[in-house]
Order: sequence, then structure tokens, then C-alpha cells
Amino acid sequence: MGELRAKWKVNMYAWLLLLPSLIFLLLFTFYPVIQTFILSFHQADLGSPEPFFNGIDNYKQMVEDEVFWKVLTNNIWFAIGTVPTSVALALGMALFANKALRGKSFIRTAYFYPTVVPMIAVANIWLFIYTPEYGALSHVMEWFGKGDMNWLGDQKNVMWAMIFMVIWKEAGYFMIFYLAGLQNISQELYESASMEGASSWTVFRRITFPLLMPTTMFVSIIAFTNSFKLVDHLVIMTKGGPDNASNLLLYYIYETAFSFWDQGMASALTIVMVVLLLLVAAFQFFGMDKKIHYN
Amino acid sequence: MLRKITTVGMYGLAVLWLFPLLWAVWTSFRPRELATSWSLSADFTLDNFAKVWDAAPFDQYYINTFLIVTGILVAQMITATLAAYAFAKLQFWGKDVLFVLFLVQLMVPADILIFPNYNVLRDLSLLDTKIGIMLPYFASAFGVFLLRQTFKTIPHELEEAARMEGCSWFQILWRVYVPLAKPTYIAFGLVSVSYHWNNFMWPLIITNSVENRPLTVGLAIFAQSFETGAQWAEVSAATVMVIFPLLLAFLLFQRQFINSFIHSGVK
Repeated sequence: MGELRAKWKVNMYAWLLLLPSLIFLLLFTFYPVIQTFILSFHQADLGSPEPFFNGIDNYKQMVEDEVFWKVLTNNIWFAIGTVPTSVALALGMALFANKALRGKSFIRTAYFYPTVVPMIAVANIWLFIYTPEYGALSHVMEWFGKGDMNWLGDQKNVMWAMIFMVIWKEAGYFMIFYLAGLQNISQELYESASMEGASSWTVFRRITFPLLMPTTMFVSIIAFTNSFKLVDHLVIMTKGGPDNASNLLLYYIYETAFSFWDQGMASALTIVMVVLLLLVAAFQFFGMDKKIHYN
Repeated sequence: MLRKITTVGMYGLAVLWLFPLLWAVWTSFRPRELATSWSLSADFTLDNFAKVWDAAPFDQYYINTFLIVTGILVAQMITATLAAYAFAKLQFWGKDVLFVLFLVQLMVPADILIFPNYNVLRDLSLLDTKIGIMLPYFASAFGVFLLRQTFKTIPHELEEAARMEGCSWFQILWRVYVPLAKPTYIAFGLVSVSYHWNNFMWPLIITNSVENRPLTVGLAIFAQSFETGAQWAEVSAATVMVIFPLLLAFLLFQRQFINSFIHSGVK
């Protein structure tokens, strides 16, 4: 009887501790997703004063919408372009910043500082960098005797310009996680490897990289979520243009909801994004988890 | 040989990474008519900053951002500490289910739910308020996971000893766990502050008055009021003004910050 009571006490205690977080989690993650799911089966735009049920019409319309497919494809390319590169670069930065003999803190600062610069400020700065004729990139191209390129105004270039900028913004943040991961690898492993005369490449391949797998997984999930989350720069730089060439899913939701006021469609788009993120996260989590050595 | 190339390459990367900032700072001090040219003259001016300060209520924006960031940080610290302790140290009914619910927030953060959360805020009649900007971020799964990792490494014997001394659970949390997790609090605090100092989309959607607008939204409105590149110097000055406080804080505390991150056991 006493044991049961003690158990009940711990249960109540734990739930009370979790309650504050749980309230906000339910109110701003789970409740809105459920509401949005319901709204996505309704016609709710400027033409319908009261939302009414229209089944899967929104989803049907979405599948036929060329812009939706373009935005989705863009976002997938944006993820493919930014995630592996910034994660790999972050690992390289961490390995170097960890060992650099001279200017260690200078190096770390240089790599990391873009993280603390707001995306909206980044957009202002890079807008000037990419501007034809006057921009920094144009000046550099001139030195090399190359012709001027319109980075943001050209459908072929704009995505590359965005990808490069986002890698610049993010790599340093991921570097910090790798630096932390590197510190957690025991020095003895390295000592015994050097006694056996292992080359630095072998050491990296057999010790450092496998032991950093949990970090890589964590960082990849964050990087992937970010590739759907980072849209601030579009407001300043391109508004998704030219001809939706730089448009991304979240920005499209923003336009649909707050410029066109089509709430049913915005809901359907939100549901697609949530499902997509959860699927990829589940895949990353369960797929990669088996291959990871936890120390 | 290969090592040398790598070293030079990595230093080169650092210079490349610094370039946008240096260029923006340089442009912000240049006279307007020289802003787009690359001539190395000795002309520098503070005019741009003066103009920007007069053109938009940046003082109000600074105050708003400061209040929002502080409010979120305090709330997150409290909610995350309590939840992290429960997840790290207690066995209870429904633990696994709750843990997955928290994981979901990591995958689907509030930033992605801009439209659904706008509706929640509207139903709560909190549109265009500072508290409305803050509320969706009061619970942070990231903070919970970070602190949980740290709390797990704190030996149970410490808690037992404190209990023997007659400490209540709150005293144990406050006197044993919180002080020992200080590096994690610093690391999380800086991530949270820089994140919310920089947040843009959400406040853009729910604010429409000067009293509630943060710096980022103010900066975007200011920058977009210019049609052409003719005002580069002013826009650069405004941009530098917005990024300066955080950048300065980071430069001053960068050693502590990076070390706390490394010692907080983030893996």
C-alpha cells in the first residue's frame, strides 16, 4: 500500500513538473496542427464568409497547382544544396578550429559570427553583394575579367545564390556542436592509434567520424528543419521570384495565408509540410539510429 | 604539403566568411555618394547613422526586442528546468509518450506553424501584443533535451545527500541541479537570445504597431522603404546598428560561450 502511494506521488510530481511545458506545447504545436488539419478540408477564403466543408478540394487544387510543385521542388533542392554541404563544412571547420595553432579564437569567431546576425540583416548585406554592376560579387567578377551576372534576377542563378548564403549563415553554428562532440572523444583512443602508426585519414575514418555520428544526426535534423524554416531572406531579396524560382514552401504558405487570405489552402499546405518534416525526421531517426555508436 | 594547402584554405575561408560583415561596416561609414564605389579614399562619416536614427523609431524597437527576448528566456528557463528534471530523474507513467510529444516539437517548431498559430493568437485576442510574440516559444523542446542530458550526468548521490540534510525538492533543484548545469544554461541562453533577437517572420505577421514591433521587423520596413540601391549607405548603417549589440556581446563572451557549449555535453 505504501509503495503504491509513493509511486502515485512520483507520478503526480512528474506530471506537475511537465505541466508548464506541456500546456504551451499543446497550445502552440498540437492544438494548432489539429485545427489546421480540420480547416484544410474547408473552403475558407475571402469569398466564403463562413468556412464550409469541401472535402479534399483544397488538396486536389494543390496537386493541380503548378506553383505548389515548383515550390516543393525548390525546397527539396534547397535542402539538398544546403544540408550536406553545411554539415560537412561544419565538421571541417571544427576539426581545423580544434587544432589550429595560430589564431584559434579568430578562426572560431570568423566561422561562427554569422549565426548571431539576423537573417533579415544577412539579406540586406547579401542583397548588395549580389547586386549587378555595383555589388561586391560583380567587382570580383570584373577582376577576373568575367562578364556581369544578375544573381537574383536570373531564374538559373537565384537558387545557387540563396544556397551559398545559407551555408555561410549556418555552417558556423553546426561547427559548435562538432567542437563539443570532439571534446567528448577520449584522448586515449587517439594515443593508441598513434602508437600503432595510423595515418590521420585512418584515424578520422575509424575513430573521429564514427564517434561523431550522434552529433551528425542531431545537426542534420536541425539543418533539414532549417531548410524549411528559413524564409526571412525572401521578404527582402526576391519575394520568391523571379517567377517563383526562389520561392520556398513556408513563404508560399505565408503568401497564401496573409496576401491571398486563402485559409483553407494555407492549412492544406501547412499539413503537407508538417507531414513531410515528420516523415523525414522519422526516417533519419530510425534509419540512422541503428548505425550509430553511442559512447 | 596537403596539410599546408588545407591550412591556407581554412584561413582563406575565415577571411571569406568575414568579408560580408566588414563590407557592411565599411559601407555604413561611407558618404552616400561613395557607397557603391570601391575607391579607397579616407572619407568616413557618421551621417548615415544619424539619418537612420531619425528616420525610424529604432529606440522603441530596441526596447521591444529586449523585452521580448528577456521574457522568452525567463519563461523557457523555468519550463525547461522543470521538464528536464522530470525526464532525467523520475520514472513515471506515460514518460515515453510525453518524450515523443516533445521530440515532435523539435521537428515541427513553432516557426513553421505561422498560419495555425496566427489563428490561435487571434482566438486569444493577443494579435499585435508583445506577449503574443513570446507565447509560442515559452516551451522549448531543445532546452528540455539540452538540460536533460546535463541533469543525467549529475550523480544521484548528491540529491540523496541534500535530501538527508532536509532539503525540499525545490531546494534540491535550485541548490544542486541548477548550479551544476550552469554551462548548459549559458549555452542555451545564448542560443535562445540570438534566436529570438533575430526572429522575423512571426513578429512580422502578428505585429502592426510601433509599440510592439521588434528590431528585425523595423529594419525590414526601413530597408524596403528604399526603391533603389542609392541609399546603400543608410541601409548598411541600419543593418550594422541592428546586428551590433549581439555581435558585441558575442565578441566579449565568445570564449565563455563556446566553452559552455563544449562543456554542456551537447552531443
